[in-house]
Amino acid sequence: MGGLRATGIEKTYRSYRRPGARLVDWLSLGRAHRAREKHALRGVSFEVRPGEAVGLVGANGAGKSTLLGVLKGTIEPTAGDVEIEGRAVGLDLGLGFRDDLTGYDNLIASGALLGLSRREVDASLDEVLAFAELDDVLGDPVRTYSSGMRLRLAFALATVERPDILLIDEALSVGDAYFQQKCIHRIRRFHAAGTTLILVSHDPSAITTLCDRALLLDGGLVIRDGRPREVLEYYNAWLARRTDGENIDQRSIGRSGTTSTRSGNREATIEDLVLSCEGQPRDQVVVGETVDLAILARAHAPLDDLTVGISLRDRLGNEVFGTNTYLLGVESPPIEAGSTFTARFRFVAELGPGDYSVTAALHAGRVHVENSYDWWDNVSTFSVLPDGPPRFQGTARLPIEATIEREDGPRDRSD
Amino acid sequence: MLRSLYAHRTLIASLVRQEFQLRSVRASWGLGWLVVEPAIQIAIYTLIFGAVLAARLPSDDAPLAYGLYVCAGLLTWTLFTQIVTRGLDLFLSHATLLKSVRFPRSALPISLLLVTGIQFAISVAIFACVLLALGRFDGIALLSVVPVLAIQIGLALGLAITVGTLHVFFRDVGYTTNIFLQFWFWLTPIVYPLSIVPEPARSWIERNPLTPIVGAYQGAVLDGAVASFGELGPPAALAVGVLAGSWALFRALGADLVDEL
Repeated sequence: MGGLRATGIEKTYRSYRRPGARLVDWLSLGRAHRAREKHALRGVSFEVRPGEAVGLVGANGAGKSTLLGVLKGTIEPTAGDVEIEGRAVGLDLGLGFRDDLTGYDNLIASGALLGLSRREVDASLDEVLAFAELDDVLGDPVRTYSSGMRLRLAFALATVERPDILLIDEALSVGDAYFQQKCIHRIRRFHAAGTTLILVSHDPSAITTLCDRALLLDGGLVIRDGRPREVLEYYNAWLARRTDGENIDQRSIGRSGTTSTRSGNREATIEDLVLSCEGQPRDQVVVGETVDLAILARAHAPLDDLTVGISLRDRLGNEVFGTNTYLLGVESPPIEAGSTFTARFRFVAELGPGDYSVTAALHAGRVHVENSYDWWDNVSTFSVLPDGPPRFQGTARLPIEATIEREDGPRDRSD
Repeated sequence: MLRSLYAHRTLIASLVRQEFQLRSVRASWGLGWLVVEPAIQIAIYTLIFGAVLAARLPSDDAPLAYGLYVCAGLLTWTLFTQIVTRGLDLFLSHATLLKSVRFPRSALPISLLLVTGIQFAISVAIFACVLLALGRFDGIALLSVVPVLAIQIGLALGLAITVGTLHVFFRDVGYTTNIFLQFWFWLTPIVYPLSIVPEPARSWIERNPLTPIVGAYQGAVLDGAVASFGELGPPAALAVGVLAGSWALFRALGADLVDEL
């Protein structure tokens, strides 16, 4: 249970400028072609094994939501089919809520959509409310709820029983941070218990933390299928490429099989990246050491608005720290074509022990998508070693002080 | 269809319940209006037409006969138009639901039938009380119109699914249907007896499939006449045809329908 197979899924949307044009199409029995066709999916095939967690990524209009709709069964594909083993549940149940009815009445109605009888919903009501934390407003019309509250109620009901497949839309991003964490916790627990996840998100950290596989969609096709981190880096590079028209170069580096992805219009290129402590090149540093990071680069065109950026990621691909010279208020001198230049960053490695990768970027202006010269994911890796017995957990060593004080002791009975 | 009705009984019951809940929201009488509305309607037709205006039927001279005649036609006509006009918005009003959750779409027309059927049952019960009070209640004649009712409901449901589906693609269908229903009402002998209509209009009205249907109700209420099925062949055939056609149309356009919502 929980497996899913999509074979040759195509979806073509037809739109007509005027309703009359559709009538002409219908009456001509397909000989007239007045419709404007939009190919949202052009033949998507993939297989998901039971228990896998797959993220769907891609730009707006790439076909992610259409694909999720097809998997959910709300959108009928023009061609191809979907086989689903087991019970699949989507999370946008709250959209069907009726504003004028109370939260409770809506729960019963939504339960019916999930195939739960009134008695079954009543039986799990305590559990739903414990999760949604909405006991006090359950009798109020849903009209008075915030979008986050609706989501909570719908999520709590949809996930009251562990489904075989959970289809998660961007809907999840509506909730506040506390509830998002709660949802993610529950999703993780389901996944650990064997639920297959299909997740659409624009949030790279959601994909990297929840998924063990990602599909990149573009123009209605799956153009990349692999580990989330690899696919996201490719996607990032590909986003920049869309404005620059350059090839993306992806290959393996380092011990752990980390993939390095590089893109940009190459008006400037990163030649080398050197990590050093006290003048000595290093690939291992100790917690708390001061690290110098130098990016050696060459300009192939005049650069008058250069920004150099770096980013550190942990083993899982989560960004630990990232910044650039624009954000730091560092101005670049104008650089002529053909000259070389070096950007230096000095930081204290207040990082938890573990492996980190460095991403470096050269671009114009504030963000890399505008005009990216060279964006190089995972140029190199380095390790942080403990400086003694472990005194903290996590990737960030925050400056911290701790005290314990006795406020009021027990009565002295010795008198 | 019956099997899917049983399999999705929870969902259908929930859609019906939701419909009545939505009507009782912010109304202090709540579901009481379901009884009050038809009661007032019946009272107006029997009392105002029959007693105050003293309108008389050429065939029956009893003081309230005209009022009962109007009620027999109007209550069933109301059921008919309710099904068709609510059918018009059947898919449009459930747009978000259809787009966000997978569920058997046939649950929508079935729940529509149940909602309008419950309302109709309430008005029939009130009307039956009136007939009992007037000593004009004829159980056998009234039971004999049940198959007639089935034909009318079948026709209405077929039209409802047809216009409901087309309405998603062409909003003109909404306006056209309402105008068409108004013409249909006046071309059906509901507030007037067929016998007062002069030729050639009369032969046209006789071709209206609702004429024999309404005639059967009126005969059963006023004369205790058991419905004769000879005249009902054409309307029955039409109902089956429209129902089958509407289902084929719905199946053919089902995929595009959700895309258009």
